[in-house]
Amino acid sequence: MKKPSVELKLPIIPNMELIATQTAEVIARHMNLNDDQSGEISMALIEACINAFEHSKSDSNVFIHFLIEEDSLVVKVIDQGVGFDKTKVEIPKIENKIGKDERKRGWGLQLIQELMDSVEFESSSDGTTVTMKKNIKH
Amino acid sequence: MSGFIKSTKEANQIVIIETDGYLNNEGGEAISAICYEKMSSGQNKFLINMAGTKVVNSIGVSILIEIIEKLQEVDGKIGYYNLAPIVSKTFNIMGLTKYSTVFESEEAAVSGL
Repeated sequence: MKKPSVELKLPIIPNMELIATQTAEVIARHMNLNDDQSGEISMALIEACINAFEHSKSDSNVFIHFLIEEDSLVVKVIDQGVGFDKTKVEIPKIENKIGKDERKRGWGLQLIQELMDSVEFESSSDGTTVTMKKNIKH
Repeated sequence: MSGFIKSTKEANQIVIIETDGYLNNEGGEAISAICYEKMSSGQNKFLINMAGTKVVNSIGVSILIEIIEKLQEVDGKIGYYNLAPIVSKTFNIMGLTKYSTVFESEEAAVSGL
């Protein structure tokens, strides 16, 4: 039997990421995830959407796919931007930001990786797909 | 006052800012505008009551880091209370808790800052 899935198409407009989090909350309730797990998925999703909106350098839509599996929820955030090289993204540390000229932003990937159980990035000049997985703990 | 700022008040020479809604770039800038205005008149202790803020993003939280940095220049402090669990976890991951304090309640915050 085909696994259930939900797909969203978001225009690149400020705060559209909240539509994705509202959908994630409904799916999390359907899957009987606890509040902590639901909050972590929503926060990771916000950051992935913002990265897609800000860094894709594209006016295209951002696509969100939720794949409901027996033991996990998989969320894919897909943009059609110019891509990025993850090896060039530095791990942020607040010690390197406070009292220094370094920009205070740049936490998105770190948050996504801390909040989800696994994260994969596929990026090329045609776009980026971030695949995030949260294992179900009942 | 922006819609994100629900109220401001003072207790024990601490400015207490109550927020309501999504802490994004606009929410962060609304908090920083109040903090910087109060700092210009000599205030250097701030508390944020985040009971009405269940959702944040890293851009909004980064503006809190900017406030922490400016407060360090005037020997000031900032703290937070009534945080949702995911907001508290986000503050931990981003390291805010190394430079500012999360309190359990307003009473604990006012006496502990």
